[in-house]
Amino acid sequence: MSDASAGLLTIGLLAAAVAVVHVPLGNYLAWVFTSERDLRVERAIYRVTGINSRSEQSWRTYAVALGAFSAVSVLWLLALVVAQPHLPLARGAEQSLTTAVNTAVSFVTNTNWQDYAGEDGASPVVQTIGLTIQNFVSAAVGLAVALTVIRGLTRSGARTIGNFWVDLTRGVVRVLLPLAFVGALVLLAGGVIENLNAAHTITTIAGRHQTIQGGLVASQEAIKELGTNGGGYFNANSAHPFENPNAVTNLIEIFLMLVIPFSLPRTYGRLVGDRRQGYAVLGFMATLWTGMLAVITWAQVHAASGPLGAMEGVEVRFGVWNSALFANSTTSTSTGAVDSLHESYSAIGGGGALVNMAVGEVSPGGVGSGLYGALVLAILAVFIAGLMVGRTPQLLGKTIGRKEITLAALATVVSPALVLIGTGTALAVPVARGAILAHGPHGLTELLYAFTSAANNNGSAFAGLSATQPFLNLTLAAAMALGRFVPIALILALAGSLAAQRRQGSTEGSMPTHTPLFTGLMVGVAVLVTGLTFLPALALGPLAEAL
Amino acid sequence: MTSLLGTSIAAMPAALRKLDPRHLVHTPVIFVVWVCAALTTVLSITDGSLFAWSVTVWLWLTIVFANIAEAIAEGRGKAQAQSLRRTRTTATARRLIGGADGAEEVVAAADLRPGDVVVVEAGEVIPGDGDVIDGVATVDESAVTGESAPVVREAGGDRCAVTGGTSVLSDRILVEITSRPGETFIDRMISLVEGAARQKTPNEIALGVLLVVLTLVFLLAVGTIPLLTRIAGHPPTVITLVALLVCLIPTTIGALLSAIGIAGMDRLVQHNVLAMSGRAVEAAGDVSTLLLDKTGTITLGNRQAARIVVVGGGDSAQTHALARLSSLADLTPEGRSVVTLVDGTLQDTADLPDGAREVPFTAQTRMSGVDLADGTRVRKGASSAVAKWLRETGGALPDSVLAQCDSISSDGGTPLVVAVQPPRGCASAIGVIHLKDVVKPGMTERFNQLRMMGIRTVMITGDNPLTAKAIAAEAGVDDFLAEATPEDKMRLIRQEQQGGRMVAMTGDGTNDAPALAQADVGVAMNTGTSAAKEAGNMVDLDSDPTKLIDIVGIGKQLLITRGALTTFSIANDLAKYFAVIPAMFAPLYPGLSRLNVMQLHSPQSAILSAVIFNALIIIALIPLSLKGVRYRPAGVEALLRRNLFIFGLGGVIAPFIGIKAIDLIVQLLPGM
Repeated sequence: MSDASAGLLTIGLLAAAVAVVHVPLGNYLAWVFTSERDLRVERAIYRVTGINSRSEQSWRTYAVALGAFSAVSVLWLLALVVAQPHLPLARGAEQSLTTAVNTAVSFVTNTNWQDYAGEDGASPVVQTIGLTIQNFVSAAVGLAVALTVIRGLTRSGARTIGNFWVDLTRGVVRVLLPLAFVGALVLLAGGVIENLNAAHTITTIAGRHQTIQGGLVASQEAIKELGTNGGGYFNANSAHPFENPNAVTNLIEIFLMLVIPFSLPRTYGRLVGDRRQGYAVLGFMATLWTGMLAVITWAQVHAASGPLGAMEGVEVRFGVWNSALFANSTTSTSTGAVDSLHESYSAIGGGGALVNMAVGEVSPGGVGSGLYGALVLAILAVFIAGLMVGRTPQLLGKTIGRKEITLAALATVVSPALVLIGTGTALAVPVARGAILAHGPHGLTELLYAFTSAANNNGSAFAGLSATQPFLNLTLAAAMALGRFVPIALILALAGSLAAQRRQGSTEGSMPTHTPLFTGLMVGVAVLVTGLTFLPALALGPLAEAL
Repeated sequence: MTSLLGTSIAAMPAALRKLDPRHLVHTPVIFVVWVCAALTTVLSITDGSLFAWSVTVWLWLTIVFANIAEAIAEGRGKAQAQSLRRTRTTATARRLIGGADGAEEVVAAADLRPGDVVVVEAGEVIPGDGDVIDGVATVDESAVTGESAPVVREAGGDRCAVTGGTSVLSDRILVEITSRPGETFIDRMISLVEGAARQKTPNEIALGVLLVVLTLVFLLAVGTIPLLTRIAGHPPTVITLVALLVCLIPTTIGALLSAIGIAGMDRLVQHNVLAMSGRAVEAAGDVSTLLLDKTGTITLGNRQAARIVVVGGGDSAQTHALARLSSLADLTPEGRSVVTLVDGTLQDTADLPDGAREVPFTAQTRMSGVDLADGTRVRKGASSAVAKWLRETGGALPDSVLAQCDSISSDGGTPLVVAVQPPRGCASAIGVIHLKDVVKPGMTERFNQLRMMGIRTVMITGDNPLTAKAIAAEAGVDDFLAEATPEDKMRLIRQEQQGGRMVAMTGDGTNDAPALAQADVGVAMNTGTSAAKEAGNMVDLDSDPTKLIDIVGIGKQLLITRGALTTFSIANDLAKYFAVIPAMFAPLYPGLSRLNVMQLHSPQSAILSAVIFNALIIIALIPLSLKGVRYRPAGVEALLRRNLFIFGLGGVIAPFIGIKAIDLIVQLLPGM
């Protein structure tokens, strides 16, 4: 089978699988967060932790709970990473302090930027009770925030937006754990390894020695993709044959990345009582995803002469088409796993991956974060164009007034601001400039990519940049933390403000938000906002390189 | 275009005064331009190139153009205020010491306090707002309403309010003053049309926030360019960066935002409606339920006799003749219409016979009629009133007549029963007059338009439910409230508001005041009482309740204009990037000159053209922002598609053409 037909077959299978699964999964997610009953295991958790699962929180309390939970998570992970040489199964893994800070922030923010090589930087203990736990809970945090926005839109005159601890527990227990379990089994069947064997040392064809690590890979791999985390067990991430052995596991991994983010619009539509609203958001996500897939694939296929296109940095197992598909999916879902080297991509291909992140991870974005990002864009779209129907802008009967537009606009610009300030500062600091590998525009793209990846909590790396140095470790950690929690705080406030409003009954006269026209409008706003913010930077990076 | 030029020149002094940064701070976007212009001025002095000076001049012009927009909008109101002010300059008042019976003293109108009683006679100007407490007079209110036909003002009832500054044409009235000096209706009008009392409306504030955030984003995007270009070598010059920044920040909408708001109020004033706040105008656009009084709004004020049904087996001609006879003394439009109807069918139309005595309508009998010389008594009235009269005279209203009345009611008509009592005989009903409400022509279409806009219309009437239902169906309103009392109205408004719908209504009576205050948009009729005018947030000087529909349109137009120009302003940025980025970065990376899709002459001419376009587009859009985007009632989807096409897509394309055209001229300048 030619590379193109294999690629098209994979895309077809993937689209069909997501299309089939998003309906029941979306419905299931809606049930999970609205059901009145707690499962037995959840009751046990609530009893042990002393949580009253029937109580509700205001947005402030919710934000404080979320912040406290995340802060404790960072500290716990930091302690674990720093202490790992003294823990069992250390296998010589260790990280410098600034790298450890970077790692702790990275996994708690669902970024999974890895400033260490998976094999050498994290022992099995850290991987399992540190990183893997964060892979679950950081994704569940995103899910929880998305739910608060939906509640904000559906509730009327309410003071509360849910209970963070309940949302977190249900997200892990009812959604991520069972799905990751199934995903791990499937990956295991596909050939991903799962063992605690000691490292093998083999002699390569060139006569050199190579150490080959084993590990609990399949279980971590499943949640790595499902939770749009992206932190690989091995440094080579999903390009490593133990993580991603063949085209089938490649397809499954991409499916796992996309499945929850693409199902959440369905959940949204169901919970707001109008499935068409969900379709509009789904259409927005799918349009951007498909459009960027076309750009990246086209760029990669045409990048190099010869029948195979640009094979530099691409695994022969996957080929150009499937690598482009993986690259597009991983950068558009805030996952950041890679099965090929984005640094080696053509200027437009790599730029496309960069743009996917710069749009703010909404196509379909990370678990939860994609939906809340998209809903914030919907609010902006409603506000900018909604006045044009002669009514005060409303989304689902909620007025977008001064408070709402302030919060939504700020939530949208936090990440772009972090990217531009971060990249600019790093270029001004000699030690950071020295970390850039390439010269000219490609060098700028390396740095821009790193900060875009961090501030949008993607975590994919462009390589090239030697980020393992205190300055970049800490600035990138700051970008990750601010890029995650500042928008979340603003969005929780937005959810609180929306929930407190009375839902307006008659919406016939206000702008319809369930039509293809509105989907187009959302795409336009997303492209315009990204374009206007990043065009100078993109012109100096990928565009200058391409033209 | 020439008139625009004229008004622009006229507004120039005001526009230049507004260059004061302390004034500009209130519009952050334009303030940023001011800072940029000040910066380039300094740089131009050191640089001295024609390019630098050109950019500087056009940045200052950008601010001037923005100020012109505001000055023109304010200027329109000023002219109106001037003519209003003339009405109150020389007023003195004849105050009665110690109330209505006291002696007269002459005081300045400005010294009047609420509770003072003044006397005003023919030829004098009413010194302040108040209520007539004694007498009847015709009053010329043209100073306020622009309507030259005099109106009648009388003590008691709903026509007692008079406005200071209007003049009495005939008779003598006593007026109790209700307003404090400086707070009269005219004073409020002056400050409203002058824009002095203008506060930013909720949507305007929210839009302002978005513009500030956008400005911050562009500050960052442009501010980091020097850092990002370090990797390539020479950063662009400060003038270039400043030019890019000014092009990108939403100057167009920032410049026109306040003009749009002022113009919206002004459009209402031109419709002879005074809005007490900009918030009310905006709320009018958001209204989703309209409460319309039936009489005078949906139907012509007067009911017309449509036919006379003979009952009780009488002679048709005689019944008609008696019905006419009973109405000859009835000077109400309904009574006259009976005469007109019968005159059209009968040949013999004599006047009242000798010896006949008119029996006028009274609140006790609720009937009118005539007593003939031979003792025959003819009466005409509502079925309940006639039934009572019949009972008193020993007769009864047959069921067949009641059935006839019901059937007329259910057709939306009003039945009037005609009864006759022969001399020394028993009274009996002989006919039923079918009075018909006439729905104003064109109302059905207007209600259809409103429905398309998502607005529900509710007809308010004192009629019984049967009649109300029939008229509601004929007029095409969505709902009706029959036998409505002021309390019912209030309840309906609350109920609509609970459901999240905004309500607009009109009213003139004192008993309308609570509902006017409760409604989101309450339009008081100028003929109404002071209480009603005080309670509403708009006053219609023409006292035309139908105008509520126009008011909603004006509110929508205001919001649409704002949204359209915002979209246009943001969409413009794409082309500006395509002009400036290749010009700025091509020296670093020659490949980027391929982005110069407009084939602009040189980097300098490209940047200058973008700046010039950015300034000129403000001037070009002033007429639109003052006149408002054309608004035709249509479904929201169609409206959105149309406006997105014109202002979204148009906003993307227009600057490509405009900048290219300007570049063709700019390249002729030396050194470009």
